Amino acid sequence: MTSILLYIQHVDGKVLKGTLSALTAARELKGPWKADTIVGIALGPGAQSAAQEMLSYGLSSARYSEDALFQRYRAEPYARAIALAARETSASTVVALASSTGKDVLPRVAVLLDAAQASDIIGVNGDGSVRRPMYAGNIIAEVELSVPHRVVTVRSTAFAPALQEGGGSECSELSLAGDPELHEQPRFGEVVGYEISKADRPELSDASVVVSGGRALGSAENFEKVVFPLADAFGAAIGASRAAVDSGYAPNDWQVGQTGKVVAPNLYISVGISGAIQHLAGMKDSKVIVAINKDPDAPIFEIADYGLVADLFAVAPELTEKVLGLRS
Amino acid sequence: MKILVPVKRVPDWQIKLKLLPDGSGIQTDGIKWILNTFDEIAVEEAIRLKEKGVVTEIVLVSIGPEEVRARLEYALAMGADSAILIKHDGPADSDLASRAIAEVFKKGDYSMIMLGKQAIDSDANQTAQLVAARLNLPQACFASKVVVEGGAATVTREVDGGLETIKVPLPCVVSTDLRLNEPRYAALPNLMKAKKKPFEVITLDSLGVSADVKVRVRGLSTPSARKAGRKVSSVQELVEALQNEAKVL
Repeated sequence: MTSILLYIQHVDGKVLKGTLSALTAARELKGPWKADTIVGIALGPGAQSAAQEMLSYGLSSARYSEDALFQRYRAEPYARAIALAARETSASTVVALASSTGKDVLPRVAVLLDAAQASDIIGVNGDGSVRRPMYAGNIIAEVELSVPHRVVTVRSTAFAPALQEGGGSECSELSLAGDPELHEQPRFGEVVGYEISKADRPELSDASVVVSGGRALGSAENFEKVVFPLADAFGAAIGASRAAVDSGYAPNDWQVGQTGKVVAPNLYISVGISGAIQHLAGMKDSKVIVAINKDPDAPIFEIADYGLVADLFAVAPELTEKVLGLRS
Repeated sequence: MKILVPVKRVPDWQIKLKLLPDGSGIQTDGIKWILNTFDEIAVEEAIRLKEKGVVTEIVLVSIGPEEVRARLEYALAMGADSAILIKHDGPADSDLASRAIAEVFKKGDYSMIMLGKQAIDSDANQTAQLVAARLNLPQACFASKVVVEGGAATVTREVDGGLETIKVPLPCVVSTDLRLNEPRYAALPNLMKAKKKPFEVITLDSLGVSADVKVRVRGLSTPSARKAGRKVSSVQELVEALQNEAKVL
């Protein structure tokens, strides 16, 4: 009996949608990697209800711990607990969402389990190799993990969220006694500050519409004046190009691109973005792409379904008005 | 304090990559190589820490063929003090790199390892975390601000949803993100002087590290290109297309 362990990422018990995409990847890996079951581990405040909820998605069992050690995410104790859960559930594979947390913690788990890692996978082949982007998404690699233990982070936009299906009923607390270092380890980092961006709009990573602004906006004031109302008219999340973020028009975690967030909404509207390779890598899998830019030769038009060559300061507010008119 | 800065040589991101006909790799003949963008930021940060009097010595380490020497010399010219090249001509993955870096760390009296959060060729985002776990050290990844004082590093991290600040005791591993700093250019006279800085060439064998790779790249391909759609001439036409053709409105 061997299993795949899913790291259940959640916020106060609310499971992230991306975790369900990671579960879809785990289901696809199950056959080729000859696993019998998929199990889960949730940590931190609300972990028990997150673990319980995931049982309805076909997990055969789930472990959780709400121990004070896991009050806030920290790489060192989280990695040890995930590795401990993997040993207890005879998991030869650990799968997690490629969020900033997943990217931070999974390599540590790999070392603790003497495993190899494939990062940010976008597909699973029938023979057990996986596909992942390299060179800022310009190249897709097929890779094999030629070892018995494996860890995988999953790009959520490449896998549909798993649907509910009957599962096990065993939801039990992870006993931390199996890893004495968890309590004797004085060398963990501690969280001393946290600055959350305003979250009165949909989360960028799983919004169905994204409106992004670029350098052509010219200032933070213009970004707010033009992009915010357009996004709100669509009920969209807001993104930004690296140039816009570097110029201080938008916060860091709004950056769409290979080094920022990778998004694939139903509708992506870019406003004043020229379309550097770096940016395209983060949004080119969107279903419908609209580009507004006054430069007819901007690279963004090479991948846009609908391109509007115009002054954004004239047409973006007009689009906002028209969409609001349709909605009312 | 002494800081170890692992760096990687990567193809210049501005070149158009071409695959070998059999898809086994990319064409590297005659292409321009650069220091991995994120590692360059780590080198810069180490130099700034030295300029502040926090760091006393910056040691670079890289794994790869003899040609990597030129990239290490560039980082020496930026202001690092010495370099170690682990000469290796075969394939390497993050796991192999992390095992070698961990051994180099054990041989010196280092208080910190600082490196880029990912290499812009393989985009794996693993090495820093792997090194930290191997050495059982705390990590602070995706750094956009680093302050070192009182035997600890206070690091602001770029995370989903915002910024998080963590305090980790030294020694620790820090991985650098884009907005930490803007790396300086190495001036030509410094490039000449860099050739005189201490430069050690060693092997994986001498570190007791096996050359096994766990992640095998079986083949490369280019993603199917997305076709350009059409231009619309007005907002009205755009709205109608989104409603009637794309049906997303």
